[in-house]
Amino acid sequence: MLKFVIARLLQGILVLLAIYAVTFFLVAATPGSPFSTERAIAPEILAQIEAFYGYDKPTSERFFTSLTNVLQGEFGPSAVYANRTVTQIIAESFPVSLLLGSLALLVALGIGIPAGILAAVKRNTWLDYIPMSVSMAGICLPTFVMGPLLALLFGLILNWLPVGGWFGPEFWILPTATLGLYYAAYFARLTRGGMLEMLNQDFVRTARAKGVPETTIVLKHCLKGGLIPAITFLGPALAGIISGSFVVETIFQVPGLGQWFVRAALNRDDFLVLGLTVLFATLIVIMNLLVDIAQVALNPRLKYD
Amino acid sequence: MPPPISAAEIADEALVEGSSLWKDAWSRLRKNRLAVGSLFTFIFIVLFCIVGPWISPWEANTQDLFLGATGPSAQHWFGTDTLGRDLMVRVMYGGRISLLVGLVATLVALSIGVIYGATAGYVGGRTDSAMMRFVDLLYAIPFTIFVILLMVAFGRSLWLMFVAIGAVEWLSMARIVRSGVIGLKKQEFVEAAVSLGYSHRRIILRHLIPNVLGPVIVIATLTVPAVMLLEAFLSFLGLGVQPPDASWGVLINEGQQNMEIYPWLLIWPAAFFATTLFCLNFIGDGLRDALDPKSAKD
Repeated sequence: MLKFVIARLLQGILVLLAIYAVTFFLVAATPGSPFSTERAIAPEILAQIEAFYGYDKPTSERFFTSLTNVLQGEFGPSAVYANRTVTQIIAESFPVSLLLGSLALLVALGIGIPAGILAAVKRNTWLDYIPMSVSMAGICLPTFVMGPLLALLFGLILNWLPVGGWFGPEFWILPTATLGLYYAAYFARLTRGGMLEMLNQDFVRTARAKGVPETTIVLKHCLKGGLIPAITFLGPALAGIISGSFVVETIFQVPGLGQWFVRAALNRDDFLVLGLTVLFATLIVIMNLLVDIAQVALNPRLKYD
Repeated sequence: MPPPISAAEIADEALVEGSSLWKDAWSRLRKNRLAVGSLFTFIFIVLFCIVGPWISPWEANTQDLFLGATGPSAQHWFGTDTLGRDLMVRVMYGGRISLLVGLVATLVALSIGVIYGATAGYVGGRTDSAMMRFVDLLYAIPFTIFVILLMVAFGRSLWLMFVAIGAVEWLSMARIVRSGVIGLKKQEFVEAAVSLGYSHRRIILRHLIPNVLGPVIVIATLTVPAVMLLEAFLSFLGLGVQPPDASWGVLINEGQQNMEIYPWLLIWPAAFFATTLFCLNFIGDGLRDALDPKSAKD
């Protein structure tokens, strides 16, 4: 097991390095400069600014400097928001995004998995059809459709909830629901599929014949194996929640990192784009690592290759 | 233009060759009321988007600033937007672009995925495991971030979007084709082809790929909504289709900005977009059940 974890860890580091390199050169290939403004700047001053940020050096040299800096946890200054470092911006906004993302994941798992188990156990009854139709509808309503619709219904028509800002728990509900319900739909379908596969196994028939109560069969015998598809989906779900936050934070004016990313990419705020990409990629790589470990732990038949 | 037609064409070709697989699949699909209903709804939406603008008296980009935003009326069935443009025609035009992106980007993903997967499966051994390891690595990468950076770096052209989205969505396609090819390549007809001295290329293209068409069609049908979703996501963020051109993503974004006063600007494009995704997903599920009756019903 330890060997497996170390191998996956090394692989994760490799992936991160590759992501960093690709991001760096993509950003460097973007036309324009982070320092161009609408006002004309004297060429000498522009040259000084560029020298200050290290932009007078060739791209390959900048790549290695920036890589060493990032490895030391030094993400550099924001090129557009003067006097703020990338670390400061992350420290300010990350807690908000973390709260939003965790709540959304909680909603996704807390609704999706029980609904999926229920649908599998009560297969072909209305307890199966209704959650599954609702989840299909959920999958077809991505965040940028669901968000405005929820805001329209609960915020503007019914006037129950605030539709913008981030000042307290009542402000959390709509963004969390928008982000979480979409993945709840996925988790429900995956859990149902996984549980059905387990419930059709021979050992379940044996257990039933021996008179084991149905709850024990479902919760003790089948749950572990039945959850594997849902757990596999955790990695993509986290990636989706991160990119979903770009949209949700814009719609509901949440002061989190997602808003920053798109703005930074459009404004060519190179250091901020790189810093955020590293952060997002690290989160996803860690999640994938945990998923891999959990999968092997749940299904010993998977060899640690 | 609609993807299912290409599926039907392929089915016809296969029929001429005397296979009954497609016939069986078709009769199974017909019994699936949800899939058939979705197919008809989808065809209706496609025709609505293609034919609609020719019939409608309104132009998608003609503004009428004195009119402004109005609710649905006898003249403008879906209402007009803030610049006085007829929303129904804009939804039709937006649908054309969204469906076109769905189709073309899926074809890009299909070509990459099928060729990559078939090669990996056919060659086997170390090459295969290296190639599939690479796919595993790509799965772990947050692609939306890269697509966003790509669109910023190389301008927001429609063609770049086709390629960028297609390059992201080929991974599952490659996996499915590979496992299909591995199952097939030990069979006698491949051995026969090898002993006749056919080239590897010919064996892959003419003998192996046609035999994995079933699962490929299923996954392609399910890729179309995924691709359309990504396009709408980019357009919503202002990185995809650029105004005054419209896609459903652009229209949803415009509607979202004005929904407090003019909710219909959001509701119409959102309804068309969601219905299309809904239909495509059900058609894909139905095709899977029809083409591969052994696979569990979910």
